[in-house]
Amino acid sequence: MSAQNTPQNKFLKFLTQNAVVIIFVIITAVAIPPSGLSLPYILQEVITRLGRNSFLVLALLLPIYAGMGLNFGMTLGAMAGQIGLIFAVNFGIANWQGLLFALLVGLPISVLLGYICGLVMNKAKGREMVTGYILAFFINGIYQFFVLYMLGSVIPIRNPAIVLSRGYGIRNTLNLESVRQSLDNIFMLRIGGFAIPVVTFLIIALLCVFIVWFKKTKLGQDMRAVGQDMGVAEASGIPVEKTRIVAILISTVLACAGQIIFLQNMGNLATYNAHDQTGFFAVAAILVGGASVTRASIANVFIGVILLHAMFIVSPLAGQKLFGSAMIGEYFRQFIGYGVIALSLVLYAYRTRKAAAEARLSLRGGPAGANGASNGSGSGTNGGAK
Amino acid sequence: MRDLKTFIQDFGWPRIIIFLFLVFLFIMAPFVGVRLDASISDVLNRFGQYAILVLAMVPMIQSGCGLNFGLALGIVAGLLGATLSLQFELRGFLGFFGAIALASPFAVLFGWLYGKLLNKVKGEEMTIAMYIGFSFIMFMCIMWLILPYNNPTMIWGYAGKGLRTTITVEGYWLKILNNFLAIKIGQFFVFPTGLILFVGLCAFLMWVFLRSRTGTAMTAVGSNPDFARASGVDVDHMRTISVIISTFLGAVGIIVYQQSFGFIQLYTAPGPMVFPAVAAILIGGASINKASMVNVIVGTFLFQGLLTMTPSVINSVLQTDMSEVIRIIVSNGMILYALTRKIKVSK
Repeated sequence: MSAQNTPQNKFLKFLTQNAVVIIFVIITAVAIPPSGLSLPYILQEVITRLGRNSFLVLALLLPIYAGMGLNFGMTLGAMAGQIGLIFAVNFGIANWQGLLFALLVGLPISVLLGYICGLVMNKAKGREMVTGYILAFFINGIYQFFVLYMLGSVIPIRNPAIVLSRGYGIRNTLNLESVRQSLDNIFMLRIGGFAIPVVTFLIIALLCVFIVWFKKTKLGQDMRAVGQDMGVAEASGIPVEKTRIVAILISTVLACAGQIIFLQNMGNLATYNAHDQTGFFAVAAILVGGASVTRASIANVFIGVILLHAMFIVSPLAGQKLFGSAMIGEYFRQFIGYGVIALSLVLYAYRTRKAAAEARLSLRGGPAGANGASNGSGSGTNGGAK
Repeated sequence: MRDLKTFIQDFGWPRIIIFLFLVFLFIMAPFVGVRLDASISDVLNRFGQYAILVLAMVPMIQSGCGLNFGLALGIVAGLLGATLSLQFELRGFLGFFGAIALASPFAVLFGWLYGKLLNKVKGEEMTIAMYIGFSFIMFMCIMWLILPYNNPTMIWGYAGKGLRTTITVEGYWLKILNNFLAIKIGQFFVFPTGLILFVGLCAFLMWVFLRSRTGTAMTAVGSNPDFARASGVDVDHMRTISVIISTFLGAVGIIVYQQSFGFIQLYTAPGPMVFPAVAAILIGGASINKASMVNVIVGTFLFQGLLTMTPSVINSVLQTDMSEVIRIIVSNGMILYALTRKIKVSK
């Protein structure tokens, strides 16, 4: 332990801390030449996908600050956003006004769902991630029930083009022609052959400013205190459960807006499974960007979106060239996506346990090395009976 | 009265509602023109198909590793065994047990590695297991495309390589257990004796195992790891054993499922097999740190009963297929319920 600061140790520490980012940069760099794609093309695609996905990924930040891990329950917000869009198409409201309308419809739903999500997670402290994941599935069932059976039968739908031929329920694919890229196209800056959706990026920038500001408010500080140690926070008079609910609620609402931004760029809505992968892609992105279960920054979000999507762009073609099968590339990119999540969760859990062990050692009067151990004790290192 | 109250509290409202709903479905069935004997036969059949996959949950729950969301590893081992058995043209009972034997080394290897990994991440097992499972399924998707299988019934005809997404086991070991000593009553009712016997045998072996020296130690690890360590039990070793057994049962479970279902489903198919197994044992009354044979049998029967009866009965009443939505809500609602319950110290 005394040799903690030798260059070699520092380098090793840097490697382990950034293992995921490094692995990803290497994989993507190796895959670019065989894919045969030109750099400007890749760059344009990355710009488009930054606009499309960043907002959703930013929605993950607050629950991480509050010590609730990666919010797989963000899918709830995405579903609220989709319901909003369905109504916007139903009433035929076009352009950005349609998006605003979708947001207005989605907002109360996402607030309600976010509140429920917060309540449920408060009952499952230490297991927030798996609970959020299952909760997303559960609410998905209710969403399907609502969209497939309630819309058009109990709740009237005016636009027959979006209803299934049997008379109720929404079609599997919804054409979002009326609102397609209406946010991106308000002001599309074209320089040097690149198209940059300025307004979308402005909104994303505003959200970043909001998050930075929010962290400095009383509530934001409380949230970080709760994330550090729930017991201490409670003792110092912070309403722990309420703060956690607020974190999840804001995240859900942001996910609702994020999904609307995502879908307006895509231009069509797969009614029953557009939200399936929302949580997966967002979580994979933020982890690829170097975040962990307890530590994340705005920089992680953007690095992650760029790296993850650069790989998504090149991997199918690289798979085609290298193995003669596009399917291999497709499977490979999903393997990497899931693998990255698994790897970062493993590294995080492993580190937490190691830090806890070092902390124990220092209590026994052993060599000090427990500085890093105070962080991350909130998620419970021992899943035993309690 | 007090007894009833504590019973309801222990058993939990969701389970009672599901049970009453199932009873209601059985009562309704004859009135909407669904044959009761055919339904019961279906339920028994599906019970047998899924029971061993549900049984696979028990060892890991007992040893404190939580719900095995990484069961996909065992299922993939089973798929490897099944495809190899077809590749070697093994038929009949030789084919079925050959598949299990060929799957075993993979199951033990995967389980051992998976167990070692889970020991490093105590407290986060469930989320990690889920993603280990997903990424492994995706990795195997690539493998199914490039592994050098060459039995013409299994590979894509035009490409001459790469396994098909579904492979029939007809002519190999289709319904080998189902038809063993099967009792046929009337036109619609078949009792799959061999299948039920095999499930019973596995459950009995598990029951005996849990009462053996190793099994008791394993349960001790799950109930109180510190106490177990103090009394000289190697905690990590016990957990690894439980994961290996769980993975092995996953492999056996999927092969039993295939012989009854008739097809080997590859690629992304193992993913959706896991959640129903988790949901079933929870419906049977297990919590995330306690499970018994009764939980397995009751849970599988209730859950599969529900899945069999809702489509036929509800469809006849409402003229629409709501079974998928009901399945999603019930299975995930049940898992959610178990996760949000306070873990009680075992009595």
